[in-house]
Amino acid sequence: MNDPAIRVEGISKSHGAAVALSSVSFAVERGEMFGLIGPDGAGKTTLMRILTSLIDADEGEAWVLGFPVRSGAARVREAIGYMPQHFSLYSDLTVAENIRFFADLFGVAKEARVARTEELLDFSRLGPFVKRRAGALSGGMKQKLALSCALVHTPRVLVLDEPTTGVDPVSRRDFWDMLERLRAQGVTVVVSTPYMNEASLCRHMVFIHKGRILASGTVGEITALFRGTVFSVEGPNLQAISTRLKNAVEPELVRILGDAVQVLALGRSREEVGALLETMRQGGVVSHSREIPPGVEDTFVSLMRE
Amino acid sequence: MNERSVVVKNLAKSFGDFVAVDRVSFEVRAGEIFGLLGANGAGKTTTIRMLTGLLRPTSGGGTVGGWDINAQFEMIKKSIGYMSQRFSLYNDLTVKENLQFFGGVYGLGRARVEERTAELDEALGLGEWLDRRTAALPLGFKQRLALGAAILHKPAIVFLDEPTSGVDPIARRRFWELINALAADGVTIIVTTHYMDEAEYCNRLCVMHAAKIVSLGSPAELKARHGAHSIEDVFIQLVRGA
Repeated sequence: MNDPAIRVEGISKSHGAAVALSSVSFAVERGEMFGLIGPDGAGKTTLMRILTSLIDADEGEAWVLGFPVRSGAARVREAIGYMPQHFSLYSDLTVAENIRFFADLFGVAKEARVARTEELLDFSRLGPFVKRRAGALSGGMKQKLALSCALVHTPRVLVLDEPTTGVDPVSRRDFWDMLERLRAQGVTVVVSTPYMNEASLCRHMVFIHKGRILASGTVGEITALFRGTVFSVEGPNLQAISTRLKNAVEPELVRILGDAVQVLALGRSREEVGALLETMRQGGVVSHSREIPPGVEDTFVSLMRE
Repeated sequence: MNERSVVVKNLAKSFGDFVAVDRVSFEVRAGEIFGLLGANGAGKTTTIRMLTGLLRPTSGGGTVGGWDINAQFEMIKKSIGYMSQRFSLYNDLTVKENLQFFGGVYGLGRARVEERTAELDEALGLGEWLDRRTAALPLGFKQRLALGAAILHKPAIVFLDEPTSGVDPIARRRFWELINALAADGVTIIVTTHYMDEAEYCNRLCVMHAAKIVSLGSPAELKARHGAHSIEDVFIQLVRGA
């Protein structure tokens, strides 16, 4: 019982000449929310497919709740629920029929199925839509149904590949509330996301780039890797400030965030950017600027440039 | 800059009993970046489909580039570019071949396609990828190529439906630089996004909820009007509170 939820040791995988993963190792504790973050093509999906025993690694081994994914695929699949990025619901089937279909696939016995369906409809608040065809659900509701289908066999580990991509902010919050409730019930949740503010909701995360782990740890440990300074700049016209700063430093180091503009001093000294902001303040464009702690997205930008 | 590029008046669309867009009115100036925000199912895509001549309004109307959206569909199609979240590129063609294909669709001559490919290569940084198969492109590059295909014929108005869905932060920032450059050239941009930090870059935002416009104005105006510090807070208030 002391095995971690997931252990990955020295996993490598190539697709032909393209290296998807290169000597990747990490562990996920039981009952935690764990984030896989990284740019497109970093290897996140390949890693998830290896963990769910859908493809084999070329080298290395991974264990889910102590079961090796290569030789113990049947046990791994029982233990794990997987929601792929392009999940396949049957749009001609109703909500209830989709859940029934996945329950049958996983061999859930009738009594357990009935009770579990009840639980899942309650949990996802899809109860009122149980007779609606999946094709007629909104994007956010489809996502909740796909999650319910991945949970139908009561997995202890849940793996989700960018579950909230293309979903509006309100549905995204609802979805993360659901993940947090699962985690509170003891389910281990491994999730990838392109939304950096969502990554901050994970207790631990690994940052993958070009098939390698560039950083891992808690939000605090990750942001400690940021090398540079973040300035938060306020003024009457944020877009004007943003345009000026983009021209002066680099466009990708400047963004408007809420009611301030953030500029990263990366590859340029803190003093140099500070002097620029002071000039803008004297010119009346900037009313106030201060240094703030880096966030996950700032660190992501900084690591990608190294 | 004050030329009206898109004018919409009491635009409505129903599918049977379901009202997808309920008497929506707004105007967009030439060279403006106009953001349409809303939950999934709020009516954004239906609105865009009516403005691009793909769908007939149930009532109301408007003009796009001066052309009537109830009648002059063919003229509209010639004056706009459209890029959807599921960009329709041919994976088995190279980047260059995709541009040639779309050039043919738009009826551009061969010389013109070559000229535009060279221009887009420079603007979008396609460079080393030009002769690669599209399937092999990273998502961020596919996105740029899809934008290239949408603006190949130099349209005055470009519709972008969740153009950056699923792209990492750096690729998104680079993509927005391209959008800003287009707008600076006078191209009108109408964009939908679920990234609220991107919404901050629009000149004006139109928030839709349950088929209606619930707030319209610049990002600063919306934040002030709803007493919020970010567009995400504005959005949550409008969509959850409504």
